[in-house]
Amino acid sequence: MIAEDFNYDAPSSLADAFALLHQYGDDAKILAGGHSLIPMMKLRFAAPTHLIDINNIPGLSYIKEEDGFLKIGAMTREVDLEESDIIEAKYQIFTDASKLIADPQVRNWGTIGGNIAHGDAANDHPAVMMALDAEVEISGQEGKRTVSINEFFHGFYTTAIQHGEILTEIRIPAASGRFGSAYHKAERKVGDYATAGVAAVVRIDESGVCTKAGIGLTNVNAVPMRAERSEQALVGSMLGEADIAKAAQYAAEDCNPSADLRGDEDYKRHLVGVITKRMLNKAVQRAK
Amino acid sequence: MKSITLKINGAEHTAEVSPRTLLVHLIRENFSMTGTHIGCDTTSCGACTILVNGRSVKSCTMLAVQADGKEIITVEGLATAEGLHPIQEGFHLNHALHCGFCTAGLMLRAVELLEKNPNPTEEEIRWGISGNLCRCTGYNNIVKAIQWASAKMQGRELPSTEPEFV
Amino acid sequence: MIKCKTSKEIGGMGHSKKRKEDARFIQGKGNYVDDVKLPGMLYMDIVRSPYAYAKIKNIDASKALEIEGVIAVVTGKDLEKYNLHWMPTLMSDTQMVLPTDTVMYQAQEVAAVIATDRYIARDGKEAVIVEYETMKPLMDPFDALDPDAPILRSDKEGKSDNHIWHWEVGDKEKTDDVFNNADVTVKQQMHIPRIHVASIETCGCVASYDKVKNHLTMYMTTQAPHAIRTVIALVAGHVGLTEEKIRVISPDIGGGFGGKVPVYPGYVIAIAVSFLTGAPIKWIEDRSENLQADSFARDYHITAEMAGTSDGKIQATRFKVLADHGYTDASANPSKFPVGLFSIGTGSYDYGAAYMEADAVYTNKPPGGVAYRCSFRVTEAVHAIERMTDMFAKKVGKDPAQLRMENFIKKEDFPWASPTGWSYDSGDYHAGLKLAMDTVDYDGFRVEQAAARKEGKLMGIGISTFTEVVGAGPSKDFDILGIKMFDSAEIRVHPTGKAIARFGTKSQGQGHETTYAQIIAEELGIPMEHIEIEEGDTDTAPYGLGTYASRSTPTAGAAAAMAARKLRDKAKKIAAHLLEVSEQDLEWEPGKFFVKGAPEKSKTIQELVFAAYTNHPEGMEGGFEATHYYDPPNLTFPSGAYICIVDIDPETCDIKVRRFVAIDDCGNIINPMIVQGQVHGGLTQGIAPAMYEELIYDEAGNILNGTFMDYLVPTAVESPSWETGHTVTPAPHHPIGAKGVGESPTVGAPPAIVNAIVDAVSHLGIKHLEIPVTPFKLYKELKAVGYFDKQEA
Repeated sequence: MIAEDFNYDAPSSLADAFALLHQYGDDAKILAGGHSLIPMMKLRFAAPTHLIDINNIPGLSYIKEEDGFLKIGAMTREVDLEESDIIEAKYQIFTDASKLIADPQVRNWGTIGGNIAHGDAANDHPAVMMALDAEVEISGQEGKRTVSINEFFHGFYTTAIQHGEILTEIRIPAASGRFGSAYHKAERKVGDYATAGVAAVVRIDESGVCTKAGIGLTNVNAVPMRAERSEQALVGSMLGEADIAKAAQYAAEDCNPSADLRGDEDYKRHLVGVITKRMLNKAVQRAK
Repeated sequence: MKSITLKINGAEHTAEVSPRTLLVHLIRENFSMTGTHIGCDTTSCGACTILVNGRSVKSCTMLAVQADGKEIITVEGLATAEGLHPIQEGFHLNHALHCGFCTAGLMLRAVELLEKNPNPTEEEIRWGISGNLCRCTGYNNIVKAIQWASAKMQGRELPSTEPEFV
Repeated sequence: MIKCKTSKEIGGMGHSKKRKEDARFIQGKGNYVDDVKLPGMLYMDIVRSPYAYAKIKNIDASKALEIEGVIAVVTGKDLEKYNLHWMPTLMSDTQMVLPTDTVMYQAQEVAAVIATDRYIARDGKEAVIVEYETMKPLMDPFDALDPDAPILRSDKEGKSDNHIWHWEVGDKEKTDDVFNNADVTVKQQMHIPRIHVASIETCGCVASYDKVKNHLTMYMTTQAPHAIRTVIALVAGHVGLTEEKIRVISPDIGGGFGGKVPVYPGYVIAIAVSFLTGAPIKWIEDRSENLQADSFARDYHITAEMAGTSDGKIQATRFKVLADHGYTDASANPSKFPVGLFSIGTGSYDYGAAYMEADAVYTNKPPGGVAYRCSFRVTEAVHAIERMTDMFAKKVGKDPAQLRMENFIKKEDFPWASPTGWSYDSGDYHAGLKLAMDTVDYDGFRVEQAAARKEGKLMGIGISTFTEVVGAGPSKDFDILGIKMFDSAEIRVHPTGKAIARFGTKSQGQGHETTYAQIIAEELGIPMEHIEIEEGDTDTAPYGLGTYASRSTPTAGAAAAMAARKLRDKAKKIAAHLLEVSEQDLEWEPGKFFVKGAPEKSKTIQELVFAAYTNHPEGMEGGFEATHYYDPPNLTFPSGAYICIVDIDPETCDIKVRRFVAIDDCGNIINPMIVQGQVHGGLTQGIAPAMYEELIYDEAGNILNGTFMDYLVPTAVESPSWETGHTVTPAPHHPIGAKGVGESPTVGAPPAIVNAIVDAVSHLGIKHLEIPVTPFKLYKELKAVGYFDKQEA
């Protein structure tokens, strides 16, 4: 499998990258980790005429808490999330997800920015981001703008990123108080795309009442989706067995899976229900 | 064509490559190091795994131009003048290879795994090599080989390499 | 522990010697076919059909030929000029090399692009424009039998349907009679799905024709180099490429498993192009090409029946098979066995009535099917008998272990004549199952299971006690295209007592360089480290039919022992001469002959070999070499007792193999480490079809999972930690008492796994599950019996 020929640039600054994007127009693509793009190019499903490799641009890889946010640079590799102390201590949802994304070699090179910017509902980070109420920073020649994750995914492989722009940072409201998060997906074998996946996040106040809930679903809708009815059912509840069962039921009802080799619609809804229940329980456990 | 310079197994190499040249082809074709193999076209099998700046990556999914300025280790670079790398010994002594085709990729993956996690559990090893397919061995002995290399590298007592074939 | 006759230094049979072949592989110095580089070599890529059934209206190569570096585009019409567009299959069917007018399956070869490098060849392939007129493909083998079905092989003169052949064995009347009068019968329709060997190395070749010498050197991924040389001569003899002008070299092979036995069109095209251009041509498949076009296995639809008494005595079996061969019967079976050795399907049980029949049909799927780690359809047979045994046990209310124990052929009853005509050589099935049950604590599990069920947990235990038939085979029955299936060994011992031995087989990971050396060491007492083993080069190795179907040890391994014994006889004569005694006064111990009663008077094998070159007796031929072609008197019948325990998540239906115990009996063991390694690997290739792998097509003929992203080869995470053990019942007719082992685990594991899964859910009303048993499939079955209604209520 061999890609069509293309031009290649590896700018050393964002400014240069923006200039190249403008120079080459629509046929240019950003190369981050490349672990979605290069396989597609090898299969000749994608044939950009210009690749702009942003791996040599310094300052795009970091994990830090700042200004009430967990900030993750777009070029942060999956492996860096797996090995980060902040993540392991407070944001276990990433640890859960990372272990299930592709395989160790792919995580060594694949980036969180690429995973999100690819705009694929089968990827795992989009659901995680939804559950976490993330926002993304998109940069361009005109400057930077911030987009809520709720507004980010537009359709199959399309996102809020406009031509000439690059996703540069992901911001997540920092964990504080009783905060718990968890992710799991059913997969046919390790490294597979999700048959169905659920990201769950809860914040609980001193009296045990759920003040905020986030539930994101993987690969059961054309675009990454949030299980809003489930979230609403949880906020204000004590997160008891019946509350969680209700939320799980709503998630199963509200998703829109399509049949494929991984399963039919019924099975996927069933899995969404089961995994939502389990991940909520796990998140609540972690919030204690 | 782009001019690139990189270190492979400690030696500096330069090449003129077209941007679409895959790193695995650069290594195999331009530099005639054929120990790195190709087993699929979807980044699934891990036969092409090498170390790039110490990280195990699948060289079928990296462009040669991306390796410009990088340090690469392939299977040909595992042994030193002092002898085989412990992972090579471990694979041999524990019968962790049959046809040998996936072996290079698995060993390089294991080298990084052991560097980051010098005393992995069986579960950690199995997940740690989940990006490498082996069709021959059934993985039991690959797990044993990595455990053996871990013991050797950490100076622990070496596990028996006799088969437990009761 | 295995008793060894030789010292560790000699390293004969029973020693777990580390492998000699490892050194090159762990240092990246193997030599696989894609590592072969020749001066002036060109690269070939293949244009393939996107459609399962279509007329080719036009092939326009002009755009491709404009690309700098594209040398030629070859079509079926080009090959037709030399009558090279057709080839025979190993089953005497016919197969297109390149089509002249019609494509018969998706991914079929349509044209070949030759270029100066592989990147340009790929660009050329993309630039070839083919116009098709599609037709509705025939994908269902049952539909293929419909009298109104379109006739796919209208190219075959007089062909008026899609039926390929009918086969039957056993006593129909007697069997029907038992069924009609039986207390209990069970019946199940099952499909052994189409799967793929998926060796990590794909197929490929470098064809290098020298116009001046009129000589072809063919480096290729083949498990049977000599047979391939003969086939090439049969296909290309008419253009002057006769057998003495062909050298087939099978370099290191990255896994074969039966998938590298057939001749694929790509090989023939590469030869044709090299023949026409005089340039070496390299062709290496992509993974997706390999999965989509080559070497499928299985695809048997079986209606299986068992009859017996109400107290659990098996009395008869009846199997009816529909075999889907795709576009052509490109199986790799012995020629007289269109269903391979499926008739082993009466299993390990003592009963006297069986009848089996099979019909094969053409469909618009890729051709096959190969003997994937299987002695020709034994896997399908074992699945049927082991599933039926469990279903029968369930119906009569007996524990499946107990029922097996009561029905096994007893060890004193061997040789045992099976109702389908086999003479089982030896076995001790009771001992194997007992060891497996003790190892896994079968009774303890049944107690745990009963308690767990009350808590709603799903767990099950499954058994497979299979009998295999391998080592094809005796020349009276076994041939491929007329060539008898013996195999060969040639041993040359050099004056200094070191040796090289060559074989007609070809290892693809089995470790022949080590095990053959151990067999010779056992017989001659020369340390195995001093014996080089060479295979795979038809110019140097003696003729043989290759390595597949666990036949290497039963045939070539026996040949090695027999050739070594010829040399030991010669050594004895030399020893008698040197020690000035008669041969009757000499005794052998590994490594030397000594005079009976005077052990100080002795000659080592090294001294005797040296004498063969320096001081051989008058009238004796000099040198120390021997060749043997071994024609086995019978097949060998390895057996195994496998037990699997599974845990099932009652909500997600995820299936986890908690334990898997495999007790194998492959007769005498040459190298325990290698035997155990073979079992481990084969078990993972057993869990694969049981739970993960299947080639899936839609009605339009498209393959839905033709890459490693969707064809789910198990990783180290899916693969459990296998527990292995053995019993030893030597093959009485085999020179070293060995039986062969490579395929046993792949054959025996799937029914153990399925039986365990069915056992876990049988109390919920499930009687049978089709492989691969995925969580999705299990969910649907459980839902159908109302399991989730209770849960959700």
